Amino acid sequence: MIFSIIGHYSLILGLCLGLILVYFSVKNFQNSKLLDTKILSLTFLQFFFVVISFVCLILSFVLSDFSNETVFNNSHTTKPLFYKIAGTWGNHEGSLLLWLFVLTLFILVFLIRSKNQPTKYKILTLVFQQIIIIGFFSFIILTSSPFNYIYPNPVEGLGLNPILQDPALVIHPPILYLGYVGSSIIFSSVLAATTLKMINKRWATHIKKWVLISWIFLTLGILLGSIWAYYELGWGGFWFWDPVENVSLMPWLALTALLHCILVLEKRLILSSWVIILSIATFTLSMCGTFLVRSGILNSVHTFANDPERGLFILIFLFSLIFLSLIIFFFFHKPKKNNFESFFWLSKETSIIINNWFMMYFLSVVIIGTVYPIFLDVLSSQKISVGPPFYHKLIIPFLMPFLLMMAIGPNLKWIKSNLENKIHLATLLVISILLSFLIVKNFDKNFLVNTILISSALYLFFITIKDFFIKKNKNVSKNVSHFGFSLLILSILFNNLFSTEIITNLKVGETFVSNNTKIVFENINQKQKKNYRAIFGNFSIENADGTVEKMLPELRIYNQPNIVTSEADIKTTLMSDKFLVINLVQNQEYFNVRYQVKPFMLWIWLSVLLISFGGLISLIKRNENEK
Amino acid sequence: MYGRKVKLRFLFIVVVLITLILIVFLVLKSLEENVVYFQSPSEINTSTELDKKKIRIGGMVKKNSISINSNEINFIITDFKNEINVIYTGVIPNLFEEEKGVVAEGYLKDRNFFSATKILAKHDENYMPPEVKSALGEN
Repeated sequence: MIFSIIGHYSLILGLCLGLILVYFSVKNFQNSKLLDTKILSLTFLQFFFVVISFVCLILSFVLSDFSNETVFNNSHTTKPLFYKIAGTWGNHEGSLLLWLFVLTLFILVFLIRSKNQPTKYKILTLVFQQIIIIGFFSFIILTSSPFNYIYPNPVEGLGLNPILQDPALVIHPPILYLGYVGSSIIFSSVLAATTLKMINKRWATHIKKWVLISWIFLTLGILLGSIWAYYELGWGGFWFWDPVENVSLMPWLALTALLHCILVLEKRLILSSWVIILSIATFTLSMCGTFLVRSGILNSVHTFANDPERGLFILIFLFSLIFLSLIIFFFFHKPKKNNFESFFWLSKETSIIINNWFMMYFLSVVIIGTVYPIFLDVLSSQKISVGPPFYHKLIIPFLMPFLLMMAIGPNLKWIKSNLENKIHLATLLVISILLSFLIVKNFDKNFLVNTILISSALYLFFITIKDFFIKKNKNVSKNVSHFGFSLLILSILFNNLFSTEIITNLKVGETFVSNNTKIVFENINQKQKKNYRAIFGNFSIENADGTVEKMLPELRIYNQPNIVTSEADIKTTLMSDKFLVINLVQNQEYFNVRYQVKPFMLWIWLSVLLISFGGLISLIKRNENEK
Repeated sequence: MYGRKVKLRFLFIVVVLITLILIVFLVLKSLEENVVYFQSPSEINTSTELDKKKIRIGGMVKKNSISINSNEINFIITDFKNEINVIYTGVIPNLFEEEKGVVAEGYLKDRNFFSATKILAKHDENYMPPEVKSALGEN
């Protein structure tokens, strides 16, 4: 009760501070020397209020204060403490508060960390960031306040959706948001730099760190979400082209393109317009992503119409941000005239541009697949869905040249280059093709596509390995990330090719026999936990090689809300995962059993870790160079 | 007449344009092929021609209609005006229950039989797929 009040008023105070900050900065912009410390303390104060408000919400959750509407809707007294806390950001209102928290955190760290930058630039960045922050404050206070009061006080809450009661989903949103919202700093900074006409090499070096931070967190956030979907949803895969996944992939693609583009800007001072556009796009896409997921537009266009206030606010805010940034882009940005002539067809910058085109193509495919059903529904109320084949068909053919470019591009020189070590490159290509031919030859399905795909991925794999030994420390970060990417594609391909699956319905005591696997459903036992009842199925599985393995998949029947979830039993080894999940069929003696052997699953996760690790190395190296 | 640079740039623009057109064409074609339309049992009942493509059907699982054996499950999807029999082999989601909303993806055998390749039920007890909501009308 008391916490709701404190939380609510801290939010309002934070909003006021935002307005004061903008007013001060604009008014004293010309004699900005005086402002430096004042701005820092005000920003800190604003951050402090957001923290208070956030802590208040967490406390309301911990104390199960059901007079708070958000707590009532998303918590329950029997829920474990860990998930009471995590439930804070597992809902629309709380997650927006988390957004705000990260927004204010980033601008604070930005101000502290960029002492050497010109004051005007810092102030202008602050103003743009405050515009976003003020927008979010008003959005939260006006349409989705986490501190709404219900009277009479309910005695019990409605509970958190059980599939969200999971350790991975506790850290997934904060990490993902650090990535999403991290791009806000890039957005504000790029607008400030454009206005002050200081898009130059120095700025590129400075902003690259922020791009890297945001990119690392976004990559890790997507990875966590993917791992969670793998073991919790029981679909037995790692990516489903679900709209909710797609919206996190969209800013990632834009950000990755930006990461490469900034290199060119840093080295050659070209492509400045492109960097600006990508920065704006990344943040806009991040914002779209959060809103699409959080406002329910994706699941249903009708939720959107049911709460027109929220949806309308989002749209207006988003469009005014885009409008503002476009105005700044067109009026303040004057690129140098001779930009285009300075490209030679075989050079590092050309290959980065080509990489960017591919990225933009992948991005458009994902956007079309995600947004088209929404538009069609609004325009003609025809209901459609776009499935994985759409994405596969459009992305896979372009992945092959993309991989080859990725292998050759980084070894080219800036400005004008020759293909060095032609024999080396050619031998490796031949080896890759032969190897992949050997791997694929036993499969008649999609023979050609698989051979080409695997050989291009292998090619990248070999070339990055070769670079590790030959170039030594020259560009480890890039090498690690590119190596990770080749490993990712290879693992995905092998995973697709060699996965096997058995789906059957079994009663307790029954046995399923196929030509190389025997599944015995021995018995079930039950256990009462704090807020759910667990049913364990005892399975023993005999594989083709004669080994017998015990597996214990679990069903959880939660008390509030009354939902059944499946916890898959996954036996992970270096080379493959064994995945067993059971589902309950209502009023039937049969259990729906799914057993999968999925090779290289672990490598998919590891390679994504490697990709982000590459980013981390680059970040550390940059920090050391500065010292 | 024109310099080498102008010619090169012209060639460059032409190549870019052609690629763009090709890509747009490819995207549209693949969108057309891979879009899955949603239909209600009533729409199937009244349609003049049966879809040969993959479709989705949504509605309620009829009470007492689920029957299961070791390799397949049968049930009836109803929108309270018309109904359709579904045969399915595969993973059954936990929230698949009688008198709850469901979406089945697959192929029509005839007006009364649907062979499903995938069953979708959302992981939230209050959630009703929008397709189902509209298929059920005001119910």
